[in-house]
Amino acid sequence: METLNLFIRSIFIDNMVFAFFFGMCSYIAVSKSVKTALGLGLAVTFVQTMTVPLNYLLNEYVLAPNALVEGVDLSFLSFIVFIAVIAAFVQLVEMIVEKFSPSLYNQLGIFLPLIAVNCAIMGGSLFMQQMVGAGEIRNVGESVVYGLGSGIGWWLAIVMMAAIRERLAYSHIPAALKGPGIAFIITGLMGIAFMIFSGIQL
Amino acid sequence: MASKSLKNLTAPLSGNNPVIVQILGICSALAVTVQLKPAIVMGLSVMVVTAFANLVMSILRKGVPSRIRIIVQLVVIASLVILVDQVLKAFVYDVSKQLSVYVGLIITNCIVMGRVEAFALQNKPWDSFLDGIGNGAGYGLILVIVAFFRELLGSGSLFGFPIFEKLGLYELGYANCGLMLFPPMALIIIGCIIWVHRSINKDLQEK
Repeated sequence: METLNLFIRSIFIDNMVFAFFFGMCSYIAVSKSVKTALGLGLAVTFVQTMTVPLNYLLNEYVLAPNALVEGVDLSFLSFIVFIAVIAAFVQLVEMIVEKFSPSLYNQLGIFLPLIAVNCAIMGGSLFMQQMVGAGEIRNVGESVVYGLGSGIGWWLAIVMMAAIRERLAYSHIPAALKGPGIAFIITGLMGIAFMIFSGIQL
Repeated sequence: MASKSLKNLTAPLSGNNPVIVQILGICSALAVTVQLKPAIVMGLSVMVVTAFANLVMSILRKGVPSRIRIIVQLVVIASLVILVDQVLKAFVYDVSKQLSVYVGLIITNCIVMGRVEAFALQNKPWDSFLDGIGNGAGYGLILVIVAFFRELLGSGSLFGFPIFEKLGLYELGYANCGLMLFPPMALIIIGCIIWVHRSINKDLQEK
């Protein structure tokens, strides 16, 4: 039950985009068509599901106080270790996608390597570290659930945004508000809508 | 200072602002804008990291093969962010607690990577350093504007000083807008800043 709760919470209540603004840059830039948004969302969810547990293991067995050597606290290294794991993993995914699905590779273009610096990925790992400290994630399984849930939350947000922006092409918007301006305001309104989920407990 | 260097420093403040024109670095920014103090600390941290990351990468630009440049950049940036994080923890612990994971997220802040990729790899160290300072300042400026409105309208204070209470507005029936403290309002304020900015600078408008 707790695990299911964590899953629901990471998708809807603590949504990466609406509650924490993570991954806003690619969220605004890639949400012009639903198809690319779907592809990028899938890639982010995949990377997130893999890197959060990886970083969880590193955090538990290498970085935490007294984990590696008695009396040594390596937690100040967590930023650099997390980003190295993420960058290496994204490189791997890039090579695999290029080999097996060149069409998706061409579609995602520059945004595939940019997943490495997508704040949603790094943010997911850093939040995981905080939640371990708060006792909300207690084993590898729960870190997988959190990674998957937060990835899906981001995916959901970018696809919804892309769908709205495709419709938006037919509406009359003040010239100065076109593009990013209206995108921010829509995201804000969607965030207010997502606030109704807060407090849901299973 | 030569006029070109000066331009590197001032262009990012408005015409080429990293947040509202280049749409970079929104990720780690908006959650820290509930109050002015953390917003200013965050702006300064990003400025320091951007400036020194630009400087270091500009010095290294001839020695780093382009295939592995991303990972080199990440290592340089991450080391700088660890330094900033330790300094914040040592000197302004309460603000550092408030910023929580967002300090670590400076690593993945697109402004830092973006400026290194777009500027520092093609330019001399001094110009790159100024470009970093300018972009960090442009980012900080937007944070401060957003934080000003959110703190003033949301909690009726500035830097924690209860300004509306002193003016006696509450006795006249004024109430704080609690919605301002929630994340979505930061996005809407940014949207409005872009709206105003593009109404003034018509050349930035999209067709």
